[in-house]
Formats: sequence, C-alpha cells, structure tokens
Amino acid sequence: MNWISNYVRPKINSLFSRREVPENLWTKCDNCGTMLFHRELAENLNVCATCDHHMQLAPRARLTALFDGGVFVEVPVPAPTQDPLHFRDQKRYPDRLRQAQKATGEPEAMLVAEGEIGRTPIVAAAQDFSFMAGSMGMYVGNAILAAAERAVALQRPLILFSAAGGARMQEGILSLMQMPRTTVAVEMLKEAGLPYIVVLTHPTTGGVTASYAMLGDVQIAEPGALICFAGPRVIEQTIREKLPEGFQRAEYLLDHGMLDRVTHRLKLREELIGVTRLLLGLPPAIMGDLPAPAAEAPSAALTPPKGGDVRG
Amino acid sequence: MTHYLEFEKPLAEIEGKAEELRALARRSEGMDVEKEAKALDDKARVMLRDLYSGLTPWRKTQVARHPDRPHCVDYIEALFTDWTPLAGDRNFADDTAVMGGLARLNDRPVMVLGHEKGSDTQSRLERNFGMARPEGYRKAIRLMDMADRFGLPVVTLIDTPGAYPGKGAEERGQSEAIARATQKCLQIGVPLVSVVIGEGGSGGAVALATGNRVAMLEHAIYSVISPEGCASILWKDADKMREAAEALRLTAQDLQQLGVIDRIISEPVGGAHRDKARTMQSVGRALQRMLDDLDGMDRAALVADRRRKYVEMGAQGLAA
Ligand SMILES: [Zn+2]
Repeated sequence: MNWISNYVRPKINSLFSRREVPENLWTKCDNCGTMLFHRELAENLNVCATCDHHMQLAPRARLTALFDGGVFVEVPVPAPTQDPLHFRDQKRYPDRLRQAQKATGEPEAMLVAEGEIGRTPIVAAAQDFSFMAGSMGMYVGNAILAAAERAVALQRPLILFSAAGGARMQEGILSLMQMPRTTVAVEMLKEAGLPYIVVLTHPTTGGVTASYAMLGDVQIAEPGALICFAGPRVIEQTIREKLPEGFQRAEYLLDHGMLDRVTHRLKLREELIGVTRLLLGLPPAIMGDLPAPAAEAPSAALTPPKGGDVRG
Repeated sequence: MTHYLEFEKPLAEIEGKAEELRALARRSEGMDVEKEAKALDDKARVMLRDLYSGLTPWRKTQVARHPDRPHCVDYIEALFTDWTPLAGDRNFADDTAVMGGLARLNDRPVMVLGHEKGSDTQSRLERNFGMARPEGYRKAIRLMDMADRFGLPVVTLIDTPGAYPGKGAEERGQSEAIARATQKCLQIGVPLVSVVIGEGGSGGAVALATGNRVAMLEHAIYSVISPEGCASILWKDADKMREAAEALRLTAQDLQQLGVIDRIISEPVGGAHRDKARTMQSVGRALQRMLDDLDGMDRAALVADRRRKYVEMGAQGLAA
C-alpha cells in the first residue's frame, strides 16, 4: 500500500474515484510536467496550479462545482436502441460501450441536470470526453433533446458544456443525423425565448462543433481548448503545410470572431451566473459559495425523476 | 471512352474484345464478325446486370464517385428551365463548390442548391471537387432565406465528399457555417426536398440535405465519414475501406430501412453514368412527386414536419 493513501480524504476520493487506481495519487501536468497532488488538482477543478493548463473534467465533477452547494437533480435521458447498425470493427460496438461504462461509471457520454447557480434556476448538460471521446450518437442526441425539453417545460436557460471528438462512427448515419436532431433542440429553446449558452471545452470537434456547439446565444470557451470542424492533422495532410502556432485553439477562434469569450475555468461559474441573469433581466446575484437551495426552493421542491441522483 | 471501375475489369475485357472484332471487320472487307461480336455483347449485358444487382457497399461507393456520373450541372440543365444562377455570400466570396439559383421545375419557380464536383481537371479545381468552404454554406443560407421570403420551394442536390478541410475554411468558421445552414434548413417555411445524387459526405451534406423529404439514387451513398477515413481510425488501416463501408451501412437501401431517407430512385442497369438522360428523368419525377406530397402544407406545418422527422429518426435500428 502506498504511504500517501492515508492522506486521501474519502469524500474527494469518491468524487473522482472510478477512473483512477488508488495508488495513482499524483497527476503529471501534460503541459508543464509538474506533479500535482490529486486532492489539490480536484479542488482546482483539474486546472494545473503551475501553468493554468485546463485538463479534462468529468461531467459529474463539473456539475457539482457549478450548481449551488453542489446539488443537482439529474434529468432522465431516454435510452436509444442499442447498437442500431450491429456495428463491428476490430471490436463489437456493445463491447466498446460496456468498456466505456465500466471505465467512467456513467451510462453514456452526456449528463443532464437541473438545479440553481447563484440562485438562478437552470438546466445544464455536460459532455464526457472520457466516454468514447464524448462522441455524439443517439444517446447524446436524446440527452440534448431531453435537456431542451426540460428547459422549455421549466422556462429555464440551458447551459451546455461540449467536449467531443465528433460523431459516433459506430452509429453510422444515425450519428450524422444527430446534427439536425440536436439543432431541433436549439430551435425549441430559441422559440421559447430561452438563453442557450455553450461552453466549449477541450476538445470540441467535427459534427458536434458543426451543430449544437456553435449555435449558442453566447459562446464561451475554456483556455487552450481545441475547437474545430476538421482536425489539424487532416488539414495538414490536405494542404501539405505546417499550421500556425495555436491554430484552432480557443484564443485563435476568439481572434477570428468565432467566440464571445475565453474564460478560465475557475471564473466560469461566476461568469455564467452573470450572463444568465443579464439575459433573463434579473438583478445581480449574491456571489460566493452558496449553500444548496433550501427545501422550498424550486429545484428541490421537484420530485426527482426516475433514475435521479442528488449529489451533495 | 468508357471509364471502367476496378470491379468492372472483366466486363471491360469482353466489351473491348467485341469492339476490337468490329474494328478488325471494318478494316478487312468481307469479314463477318457480327455473330461473334453479338455473342460478346450478350455476355457483357448479362455480366453488367449481375455485377450491378449485387453491388457491395464499397463498390457502390465507387459507383457513387464515378467521374462520369451525372453531376449537379447536368441535372440543372436537364430538369430545369429559366436557370438563373445567383452568386456569393455577401461577406467574403462566391464558392462554386455550391451551385445556387432560381429556376423552374415543370414551370414552377423554385430555388435550386447543389454541390458540384466538376467534370474535368479545370472544373474540378474550380469547384474544389465539390468540397464547400464556409462561403458556400453561407450562400446557401442566403438563398434559402430568399426562397422563404418569396414562398419558393427549395430543391437540393447532394454530391460532396465533405466540407473542405482547409486552413482558411476553418478560420472563417466552417463549423458555424454548417451549423447555421442546417438550422436554416429546419427554419424555412417552404418545402425543402433533397436528392443524394452521388456522395452524401458527412456534415457537408447535412447542411443542405435536412429536408422534408430526402431521396437517394439507388447507388448513391450517405455517410458520417468516408469508408477510408473510418478504416484508418477504427481499423488503423486505410486499406480496410471495404470492411468500413460494410459496417457503416451507407447505402440507400440501409438508409431507407433506418428511416433516414424517404425514397430510393432506381438507376439504369450499370449505374447512372451508363444512361444519364434516363437517370435524370427519374430524379425529375421523384422531385416532382416529393413536392406534390408537400402541397397544401402551410409554413408551420412544413417546419413541424421537418422537426418531427429528425426528432423521431433513429428510433428503430436495423433488423438483426
Ligand atoms: Zn501545468
């Protein structure tokens, strides 16, 4: 047993556990090489304390950090037909799915929840890059439709965190059809006059960028995030030239007019509260580390839907 | 000159032999080869029919990309009158990989949009092989808007390997342009009918093909990624494109079964390129029928019809 495991508090451990072996208590920053202690890294929302490099943050941890007091209620996502094409490459698609489910402890690549941020009721959806590269198939389409429907039913804004390598190839044409399908979800929000805010995280590429991830009323990206349609390697092969430094990174897109803002992860929550309340015509929020909403608050008053999960 | 595909090699040999015989007869007087040549013709006809009745997905991919296949320009010339091309996105450039303009289909004014790959070296370069840049999608958005305001149905002809993966295209917002074009397809209060005439390549196709009714030619393909691209990612070997083409289910027949397309338009024996005129007439009839289907629907009904189509899509997988 590793000597340092005594120092791991069970709470943090459970928050970030399933994908990490107990002995693996340090993470090396893949940008600057600094060894980062897990607990500190988790408290810093997976941002390197030395160089500010933003590492991947799983949806559950992200939403816990986003919602007041870390409390949210999951919005159920209808299960799609499994393996609609009977797809098999070197592995069977159901086996790949099971493997991803085991590794992440999540059913699929998107988590949808409702709750409050700065006492502002919202619906949020977060995509999980660690689940088959966050790829968009029928489930992710269902999740975005469920998120939009819930937002419209409750008359709340939708905040969506994107992270994906693109479409889920194992679902073939049906993954491609999630582009128009998720765009219908965006249309539902637009028609209801509800804000739709997209936070693009590293990486957001392919059909995901070319649909719901680029259709937000406000487009915010995390620093350094790769955001593109075609990936840099494909482009280099096509045009046979070296791409400039920082090409397709968040800051580059901001320079080229494709984003509204690039915002540090630790400032994101405050900014989302501010933007949301401005768009809704609400007074400024009381900032700070808010406790969970009181029992009579709207989100807590709702009966958790089937399969719901309240995290505190 | 006929351009034979790799799998048509045995056919090329027989047809070549028949041609050789006839050429020989023309040079030497009194030589009668007609009977022999005729037998070869018959053999070739049977072979052609057999080859095309059981095309594998990879062979269909090759047929869909055949250089002699009728392209968007051919359809516009054959099926529409009063063709009036309209150019430019009013922001940056005119992208000729996407054709757009006003025309009449059986006298009815419509807006036509389509990808054009080009048919010789020069036009292929000009058209960027049918791979559109953001300007192409933004031109399409502008023209769909115009059609919407003047109550003109929109007809789109889909034939693209995909959106262009270039530096400038990315800088000018390829993703945003595709997303907005798809969104515009969903928003317009006029009928939108699409036919995949060749290659329906990924997001670059969806941007113009999110219609009320979508048809595909019998040997056209429509896919989230090219078989070669899929093979190199999932098989780590680009030469596994046959396997990838099978797995992706990119044929018109599979897409109809999955409920992604509404109808399949038959091609002549040996593919669209062996009888262009007949192929184009079939497409013309299909377009008319799809527009007739939508006659009498008001703006709200047309928008609702499209939304329902895409929301419900994929509820059913392929039979085991
Ligand atoms: Zn670092």
